[in-house]
Amino acid sequence: MSELSTTLPASGAPAQPLAFHDTAESHPPNGTLLGFWVYLMSDCLVFACLFAAYGVLGREYAGGPTGAQVLELPAVAVNTALLLLSSITYGFAVLQMQRDRQRPMMLWLAVTGLLGAGFITLELREFAHLIAIGAGPQRSAFLSSFFTLVGTHGLHVSCGILWLIVLMTQVARKGLIPANKRRLMCLSMFWHFLDVVWVGVFSFVYLMGVLP
Amino acid sequence: MSAHDDTPAAHGDGHGHDELGIHATFGGYMTGFVLAVVLTVIPFWLVMGHVFDTSSTAAVVILGLAAVQIVVHMIYFLHMNAKSEGGWNMLALVFTIVLVVITLSGSIWIMYHLNHNMMPMINPANLP
Amino acid sequence: MLAQTDLSRLIFGRLTLDALPLHVPIVLWTFVVVAIGALALLGTITYFKLWGYLWREWFTSIDHKRIGIMYMILGFVMLLRGFADAIMMRAQQAVSFGDNLGYLPPEHYDQIFTAHGVIMIFFVAMPMVTGMMNFVMPLQIGARDVAFPFLNNFSFWMTVAGAMLVMSSLFVGEFARTGWLAYPPLSDIVSSPDAGVDYYIWALQIAGVGTLLSGINLLVTIVKMRAPGMTMMKMPVFTWTALCTNVLIVAAFPVLTAVLALLALDRYAGTNFFTTELGGNAMMYVNLIWIWGHPEVYILVLPAFGIFSEVTATFSRKPLFGYTSMVYATVVITVLSYLVWLHHFFTMGSGASVNSFFGITTMIISIPTGAKIFNWLFTMYRGRVAFEVPMMWTVAFMVTFVIGGMTGVLLAVPPADFSLHNSLFLVAHFHNVIIGGVLFGLFAGITYWFPKAFGFRLDPFWGKCAFWFWVVGFYFAFMPLYVLGLMGVTRRLSHFVDPSLRIWFELAAFGALLILCGIGCMIVQFVVSFRRREALRDTTGDPWDGRTLEWSTSSPPPKYNFAFTPRVHDHDAWWMMKRYRYQRPLDGFVPIHMPLNTGAGIVMAGLSFVFGFAMVWYMWLLAIVSFAALLVVAIAHTFDYHRDYYLSADEVRRVEATRTELLARHV
Repeated sequence: MSELSTTLPASGAPAQPLAFHDTAESHPPNGTLLGFWVYLMSDCLVFACLFAAYGVLGREYAGGPTGAQVLELPAVAVNTALLLLSSITYGFAVLQMQRDRQRPMMLWLAVTGLLGAGFITLELREFAHLIAIGAGPQRSAFLSSFFTLVGTHGLHVSCGILWLIVLMTQVARKGLIPANKRRLMCLSMFWHFLDVVWVGVFSFVYLMGVLP
Repeated sequence: MSAHDDTPAAHGDGHGHDELGIHATFGGYMTGFVLAVVLTVIPFWLVMGHVFDTSSTAAVVILGLAAVQIVVHMIYFLHMNAKSEGGWNMLALVFTIVLVVITLSGSIWIMYHLNHNMMPMINPANLP
Repeated sequence: MLAQTDLSRLIFGRLTLDALPLHVPIVLWTFVVVAIGALALLGTITYFKLWGYLWREWFTSIDHKRIGIMYMILGFVMLLRGFADAIMMRAQQAVSFGDNLGYLPPEHYDQIFTAHGVIMIFFVAMPMVTGMMNFVMPLQIGARDVAFPFLNNFSFWMTVAGAMLVMSSLFVGEFARTGWLAYPPLSDIVSSPDAGVDYYIWALQIAGVGTLLSGINLLVTIVKMRAPGMTMMKMPVFTWTALCTNVLIVAAFPVLTAVLALLALDRYAGTNFFTTELGGNAMMYVNLIWIWGHPEVYILVLPAFGIFSEVTATFSRKPLFGYTSMVYATVVITVLSYLVWLHHFFTMGSGASVNSFFGITTMIISIPTGAKIFNWLFTMYRGRVAFEVPMMWTVAFMVTFVIGGMTGVLLAVPPADFSLHNSLFLVAHFHNVIIGGVLFGLFAGITYWFPKAFGFRLDPFWGKCAFWFWVVGFYFAFMPLYVLGLMGVTRRLSHFVDPSLRIWFELAAFGALLILCGIGCMIVQFVVSFRRREALRDTTGDPWDGRTLEWSTSSPPPKYNFAFTPRVHDHDAWWMMKRYRYQRPLDGFVPIHMPLNTGAGIVMAGLSFVFGFAMVWYMWLLAIVSFAALLVVAIAHTFDYHRDYYLSADEVRRVEATRTELLARHV
């Protein structure tokens, strides 16, 4: 490296030498929450495509049933209520987690999971009913895009429930260590994100779908 | 410098506390919940009570309420603000929203024009 | 046959012995050659007892440098496969005139051009770009590793699993005959009932998971792990382009995942998204897949722009001209790339208003790209340009890419596109930008960073041979296609009637042969360089008198990259450190926090491969079992909280002392 010294600035080295490295081991901030948020954003675009497919194909009934004929708003209202409630119960779990109160937190998590399971049950019943009356996903492009969009959301909720169970096991084993808290916050984002998607689903698919 | 030697335990798992970065409050969650309920009930009532005569008006109102409700969820449940993660969360969100809008409106625009121009030929209903 | 009983149907699905290409001599011989080659390789590894080493030090490694190198190897191996397809097509088109039907039957030819496109984009360009970012970017920002080291390993193996699925289609069953984007209705279950399109879908879905996760990973790495003092506007340009590319990956690949999932539903579940009946609309597929497809080309080319920026600045001995404009140009391209997708299907019939909007946005995107070209030219202007091999690739790129860019602007004019759509003019255009942009960039980058990765430079003589064969071969291979395209020849044809076209195809085939020589020279270059590694040894860690942080550490860098995290004060951090006569610290080392290796990634990717294969062949039992196993392994992995360790200060001291010795030997 000796030949490099010829390119020194004319003034020579400054009086106060610049530090070019840290002397202690530095810890970059943990990126898990940001990374998970970025993942959610990418998931958002998966849903955007499904919404776009529904937006383009949602009125292609192909002589089959229309949205107004098969979509039942009371059931959807109950489902929406379940999901909204599960959001606030997860919120309560987070509040308990912040105070390091493990037992009440686990309780709220369990309530959240049950509400989610209730949501899935109702949705599956709706699907089964539609298929039974001959309005299955194969019937028309409208029903294909309807089942796929709503089903993808349901699949996400199911994954959320599975994740919830795994996480509760891990908290039970290891307690509220930082790693587990981070995971709980990721799942919190995931759960609330699904709520946001559901707002789009009940507005765009159900409410607008039954309009004449 | 030497003080830092051989003290891995001090680093261990202890540096995760403040990185959650979110300080949720009961009031925040309850505000969000109440707003969300209101914003959900209104559109359901609009549709189930047949409040509007024209579909397009109803659609616009429903979409508007949905947009507001999404913002409510973002702020009160997902704790979005311009500062979390040094603004990167917000930047990612804004970018994503732009892309979602482009994807949705672009697809619908393109396919609407396509159907308008091309469908008379392939739509069986219009065949002689 | 096997699939007679219900039980064997449950186990083997629709896979029968007929799926093996025992009756197609070309494929059979290929299989024999590949099998012999694979056995020889496995035998060598076993003979030298390398399995344990490979497993411990490479396959389970979470070191971003090793993963980067493995990505590059994957890309290069797949390049050989993709190029074999290319030269088969060129040979077919050069002979298949009039009564001569050539040596490839149409259904085989169709698989070849599909496989060529899929492999070159997804399993050559993508792995190489990802590998380059993986290796270089953390070093450039002064980080120890990426943000999620395990995820990095998993992403790599998912890409391998996808590549293996494509490769197995060569010998078990067939590949898609639909073109590289598998448009329906050709790709639906009625027109393509066999396993080809299913191989396509599952290979891309599995590799897509890897790409998406690696995109998130590298994005978070850049945002969170930059060395202290490195603000966004002090990042090296390659890191900037890596950031934008990963933003594009995160935003675009979900669209591909979604649209392929819809196609898969049409094929497996009988839905009607893209079918021709019951309200389905195949054009929706075209629309959606190009929302991914256009950003994808920028995903590939932006890192190449970054490489050229680094190479130009280093070999011109000047800071990059117009750093700020370079950054803004990159960001503008990132956003604009989402507003142009319709130019891939102007002819679909969306009408004048839609077409003119997308035609104009497409032309606008050439402005920031043009600005970049000027920046590179002004960087070279009055610099002391050293024409080393990376710089030669860069100059070839500038000339070639400008031609490709201009033909792109021609195609952006909707009325012109109506006559050029799906012609060989288009084929020439995108090869012009992808080879002239992405591939030349990768070759420049490989030559430039090879000494950093392995500790010795590549042999320049064979590098120059490869360069000249590639560049001349490229022009011979693709300029005739422009001519043919203007004459109205469409793409994907395996036979021609008009004999006057033949000379152009023969010229193109000659060009492909030259490129073959170029690839041969590259292989020779690797072998020769390895044998002459002592003479080509880089003891300084800074063989090109570089400017950015990766050149401040040793070649190859230690596991932990930097004994102490660097502090950055300006652009070209290492250049500044050299100007201030930075003294490498020789003592006071502290223990370094490091991630632990894990085999979970390779196991999960292996299970994904099995799952994909089972889905392709309708082996429902195997599919369920492998998917359940995948879930179990993934969940079990989350129970492992012990993922890091501390490298002791003594170990760091020992490694750094070795480097001190090496440096002393040099001076």
